[in-house]
Amino acid sequence: MSALILIELNGSDVSANTRAAITAALNLSDSLDALVLTNDASNASSVSALAGINSVKMIVDDALEHANVEVASRLIADVMNDYSFLVAGSSTFSKNILPRVGALLDVQPISDVCEIKSKNTFVRPLYAGNVMATVETSDETIVMTVRATAFEHSGDGGSASVETISASMPSANSEFISLQESVSERPELTTAERIVSGGRGLGSKENFALIEQLADKLDAAIGASRAAVDAGFISNDYQVGQTGKVVAPKLYLAVGISGAIQHLAGMKDSQVIVVINNDPDAPMSRMADLVWQVDLFDALNELNAYQV
Amino acid sequence: MKIIIPVKRVLDPYTQARVNKQTQQVDLTNAKMAMNPFCEIAVEEALTLKESGSASETIAVSIGTDKTVDTLRTALAMGVDRAIFIKTDSELDLQPLHVAKILANIIKREEAELVIMGKQAVDNDNNQTGQMLSGLIDYSLGTFISKFDLSDDASSVEIGREIDSGIETRKLNLPAIVTVDLRLNEPRYASLPNIMKARSKPLETIELSSLGIDTSPRIKILSVEESGTKDRASKQVSSAEELFTELNQMGVL
Repeated sequence: MSALILIELNGSDVSANTRAAITAALNLSDSLDALVLTNDASNASSVSALAGINSVKMIVDDALEHANVEVASRLIADVMNDYSFLVAGSSTFSKNILPRVGALLDVQPISDVCEIKSKNTFVRPLYAGNVMATVETSDETIVMTVRATAFEHSGDGGSASVETISASMPSANSEFISLQESVSERPELTTAERIVSGGRGLGSKENFALIEQLADKLDAAIGASRAAVDAGFISNDYQVGQTGKVVAPKLYLAVGISGAIQHLAGMKDSQVIVVINNDPDAPMSRMADLVWQVDLFDALNELNAYQV
Repeated sequence: MKIIIPVKRVLDPYTQARVNKQTQQVDLTNAKMAMNPFCEIAVEEALTLKESGSASETIAVSIGTDKTVDTLRTALAMGVDRAIFIKTDSELDLQPLHVAKILANIIKREEAELVIMGKQAVDNDNNQTGQMLSGLIDYSLGTFISKFDLSDDASSVEIGREIDSGIETRKLNLPAIVTVDLRLNEPRYASLPNIMKARSKPLETIELSSLGIDTSPRIKILSVEESGTKDRASKQVSSAEELFTELNQMGVL
């Protein structure tokens, strides 16, 4: 009953959601292997150092630099002959690939697992997290993604063996062209302890700089509502919500966000929620531990000027 | 080029889901239903391609009980040419693997080269069906797209994908499946004349049982509970100093 963890790398670092997947998978199996698809064998060092991993299986090929989903899903499905579980952290990386692996294995994958009740029974969100369902699978091979906010992120300290698997590359009918990557010196949104998030109320891209200023002051990540992203204040990868990123920081400071249920779905598990808004009836305010009902520009200027 | 647009009927996304404790299901009795918002975006993209002369025909497909016809009529009223209704006898708990198998059957039958669909349905939030369908019929796959540019000879498409680290641009050779994200387009509303016209557009009904697909559930829902946003105490503050003092006391700075 061994489990395979699909490793997601950010450069040569193992992603936080992969670390959550390891914690989750230790509830399923004592024996965890990791699978790395990469164009660069030196990336294995960060993976073999992961606590809890017995053995790292690595497939190295130039074609895997920007993993083509058709290629990746075929390679993963072939490796799965030896495993009962395939577990990955929820992300656009895993959500792209794992369902296709499921189809190749004739398995119904389970998305966004938040709790493991037993080896075949899991809790997952429906309706933007407004409903939690306990589901039992009858598939013999279990394929799942897990929410990074629902499990501890496992650390380093392991020294797993590394085995390079030679595999012939399946043909691909698509190709990578470019990646317009958001580069930020700030903490990563999904793992940040503090998030300052802006909404439509900011009014413009220029005004959104006030959010960035406050985030820097608090050593916080930046988030945004769908409305702010749609309006072009900030790029898509900052969106918090049902279809964006799910976060659960210690502090979530929402500025000018009215609080559509799709947004609340992405941040409702935050430890402390602060709402700065001039609309006392906004749904966001009911979610707040602290509310500052004020013109948001007055508040941002005062906060940014305040000597902590 | 034929385009197939699978569409799903879901609880209206602005309606709060309520659990029926006796049945341990989300209560959809008398609930307001609507087309899944991501499916509306998929329909819009297909219509744009048809209007630009790139597509020969647009076909909406949906699966469910008789009420599902409403959703197909909505797609027809938006402008889709015809609809295929896969009829189930009762409210089957169809899972993405089943839906993908049913759609694979229809796509082969129609010899469609392009499938445009939502990246997820806002009821079960699985985000799986397009990916699974691509695996079953070995079409190239582009998920979470916010940009779609068909090549002049309609042999490939350049897509922009909204991924966690930014926007990835890829080229897919057709046949292909794309799953659409929110910012691809702004779906149109059906006008009253078009709603009237939709009533006479072709809608073919196929009994699910006639397709010979195993739809026995792989996943059983044992129980559900509401886990909506909980109201919090909402203490008022009125200055930066007050706010920082509170946050310091809470130990979150």
